[in-house]
Amino acid sequence: MEKYLVKGYYPTIGIECHVQLKTKTKLFSGINNDARDAAPNTLISPLCVGLPGTLPILNEQAVALAIRAGLALRAEIAEESVFDRKHYFYPDLPKGYQITQFAQPIVGKGVVEAHLDDGTLFAVNITRAHLEEDAGKSTHPAGEDYSLVDLNRAGTPLLEIVSEPEIHNGEEARAYAHELNLLMKYAGVSEADLYQGNMRFDVNVSVSKDLSKLGTRSETKNLNSFKSVEKAVEFEILRQIDLLEKGKTIVQETRGWDDAKQKTFSQRSKEDAHDYRYFPEPDVPPVIVTKAIIEATAQTMPLLPAALRERFGSFGLSTPQANIILEDRELADIIRFITEEHDEKTARTIANWCLGELMRQVAESELTWSQISKAIPQLVGLASMVDDNRLSSTAAKELLIEIINDEKDPVKLAEEKNLLQISDDSALVMIVQQVLNDNAKAAEDVRNGELKAIGFLVGQVMKASQGRANPGAVQVLIKKQLEK
Amino acid sequence: MNWDSIKKIAQDVSSGKVTAEELVRRSFSIIDETKDYNAILSISKHRALERAKDIDNRIKNGEKIGSLAGVPFIAKDNFLTFDTPTTASSHMLENFYAPYQATAVERLEAEGAIMVAKSNLDSFAHGSSTENSAFGPTLNPIDKTKVPGGSSGGSAASVALKIAPFALGTDTGGSIRLPASFCGVVGFKPTYGLVSRYGVVAMASSTDVIGPITSTVEDAALVLDVMSGKDQFDGTTIDRDTKTYDGKPMSLKGAKIGVVKEYLSSGIDKEVKKVILDNVEKMKAQGAEIIEVSIPSISLSLACYYVLVPAEVSSNLSRYDGQRYGLSDATAKNLDESFEKSRAAGFEAENKRRIMIGTYVLSSGYYDAYYKKAQIVRTKLINEFEKVFKKVDFLVGPTAPMTAFAIGQNVHDQLQMYLADIMTVSANLVGIPSISIPAGMANNMPVGLQLMAPQKADRALLQIAATIEEDN
Repeated sequence: MEKYLVKGYYPTIGIECHVQLKTKTKLFSGINNDARDAAPNTLISPLCVGLPGTLPILNEQAVALAIRAGLALRAEIAEESVFDRKHYFYPDLPKGYQITQFAQPIVGKGVVEAHLDDGTLFAVNITRAHLEEDAGKSTHPAGEDYSLVDLNRAGTPLLEIVSEPEIHNGEEARAYAHELNLLMKYAGVSEADLYQGNMRFDVNVSVSKDLSKLGTRSETKNLNSFKSVEKAVEFEILRQIDLLEKGKTIVQETRGWDDAKQKTFSQRSKEDAHDYRYFPEPDVPPVIVTKAIIEATAQTMPLLPAALRERFGSFGLSTPQANIILEDRELADIIRFITEEHDEKTARTIANWCLGELMRQVAESELTWSQISKAIPQLVGLASMVDDNRLSSTAAKELLIEIINDEKDPVKLAEEKNLLQISDDSALVMIVQQVLNDNAKAAEDVRNGELKAIGFLVGQVMKASQGRANPGAVQVLIKKQLEK
Repeated sequence: MNWDSIKKIAQDVSSGKVTAEELVRRSFSIIDETKDYNAILSISKHRALERAKDIDNRIKNGEKIGSLAGVPFIAKDNFLTFDTPTTASSHMLENFYAPYQATAVERLEAEGAIMVAKSNLDSFAHGSSTENSAFGPTLNPIDKTKVPGGSSGGSAASVALKIAPFALGTDTGGSIRLPASFCGVVGFKPTYGLVSRYGVVAMASSTDVIGPITSTVEDAALVLDVMSGKDQFDGTTIDRDTKTYDGKPMSLKGAKIGVVKEYLSSGIDKEVKKVILDNVEKMKAQGAEIIEVSIPSISLSLACYYVLVPAEVSSNLSRYDGQRYGLSDATAKNLDESFEKSRAAGFEAENKRRIMIGTYVLSSGYYDAYYKKAQIVRTKLINEFEKVFKKVDFLVGPTAPMTAFAIGQNVHDQLQMYLADIMTVSANLVGIPSISIPAGMANNMPVGLQLMAPQKADRALLQIAATIEEDN
């Protein structure tokens, strides 16, 4: 624990994360859940507006996704969970209460293993995760005497994942948030797009000199990037220590994050806290999840990030390289598919292309991963030509984009372009001899043990063969010829 | 003039003997003649006539309409319907026009029934006398100085006034049965979940049920037959216990009928008690086995009810905040003021009382002492009823401890008012079916006999009620 000490204080952090589930429709009504491009208040039903007489009908897909999330969190899944009503008045809360799960959540204790930038693994226990509906969106136009409410988002299904207070610094907080994001993406629970607000983080931060006693916490709400999670935690730790050092006390309060100023700011203190008057929602029967359902769901779970990292590591990728691949689900699927169908060497070659030239092409919008995914057979063909020394890696790179764009057979293309390596030794020997003759000084240096010069000679051979020679074979041949 | 049985009306309309339009116009003219009673809040002039003409045309063209072809009916004004406002007898929803209709209404219309008007009720169904309506009390059809009972007072009075062959009511703690008892008509509260609550202004979600008020048990069965069963818009609905509810009398021979001791002890009007005991004697004479039973927790049921129901009421009324629809105070200077002023103006005193009680019992620090404890009592009550139903098939007793009281008599004594529900709330807390049928007269006013059966024994309950009705 010593390593976490900041100016004599131990920081403790717990994180609540709201994950938007990728259901077709809202949590309790059959209205389209994708509000991204919709005009305000167009994706609403009588229920979304809270009209009299409307009743919530639970979306079973949301329950199915919560179960998947539970499995991804390696958590207990409740056989029976119950929805509750949480009451407060606000114009974007149409019923005057939010339907959530309070006393009996669908997902119980679990664990997330995250890793720091240097690869160190650490575990964060999950307290619980529960289903709830989102509120609508309020906007307060500056300088106007009105506010606007858009209820498109009202009723969107969320899973709130609550961690134990087991995180101790900003980097861990960021790493945990990041891993959670990957888990939700790979488990197919959420689009997990932070830019779209699919995952929002609330960080509870406290500091204490005494390890056995937690300090008073602040809760900074609605962080929507990993970086802001890290920065808000770091800011809060220092702000609280500063207050305590000045002899002041910490107020339990809700704070917001000002991304421009990189500062948290007070929103409301505990005194203004609502009494939410929770009680079991009588309109929604308890959710029953049988063991059979959990087992059947487990059968459909894909490889999760930790397993993929291991898989990618097993054919020689570093953890940072694996993490880069995991960032993009489509890319990771390409690599996973290749590792399942082909040998390690092929996988490694293609992974290197993906991490290099192809990633650049995707970043520049020249290619998409799904285009690349369609060209997997060609990529495999190309990789095996390289692995069999039929094609130089330089030549392969030259063909890479073309075989994807035109879906051409790599062997034929290499032939067309006259790029196949010179596999006929006698032809190569002639080229090598010619180069040695033309560069007698360099040849002499090599003979005298100046190995630097051999690189020059190899380069000359490559040039003379128009890149079609195998550099390894050339080197061997040069040595052999000079030993004569 | 009495209406024929619903079955006969539908047959006559279907065979062209009478037109739906004539029936609707007949309802309209009785509404006009009985205005003094204030049973009706709004009339579906346009749509009802249009539907009637459409039905008549279809019949002329040889189409089959359905089991309720051309039968006019009244909906309590907490059912969302087209054409008329849905006010719940409140200023809050005084100008609220629903964009969709209640499932119950939709199902009735699909069988050819025609909603002609909306009836008065205690505001948001809070009350036992219909005096809490924002639009004035309804008068009892038998004695204008008396209340019709509540909260479905307008519906019960409508049937007693012969405005229509049947009316729809809602029953959260006795709101169908009590007014049926006070007005001398039949009121049926089905098993919880048997009829969809979709499109009905919620009072207390865990005890609200929808049911018919009619002149005969058979009519009630026919209406239930059309309305009941699972609904995709109400997750708490259940499957029917039978293919058809017909309300055909069955022999009482061998039927085990429990007389609940607690319902006949102190607090009950002597004349009411006598009427009930006379009825029990008749059942015995018909071969029923009468068994005295005790359900001790009944003594706690009213207290339990007045914790749980206000809790749900306070929650269900939260949506009426003046922001999206309904009454909105235009003078408010900020958001909080808008909430406060809109709600202050939109709700009646009894609504506010229940919101306050409900908010209190759900507040942190009081939840365990009130809400949670009341839930424990509710579970106990359910267990005791289950135990009794192992010994008997039906339970019998009065619907209310008194006959209809005078208008104004209890408005300043809420406890006395709440006591009117003492015999009806248990069926709601337990979720079992219960029916009130006319049993005789006491104090020159009608007395209701209440029968109860286990959950999903609605068919049998209607049958035994039909037998007892025949005998009266």
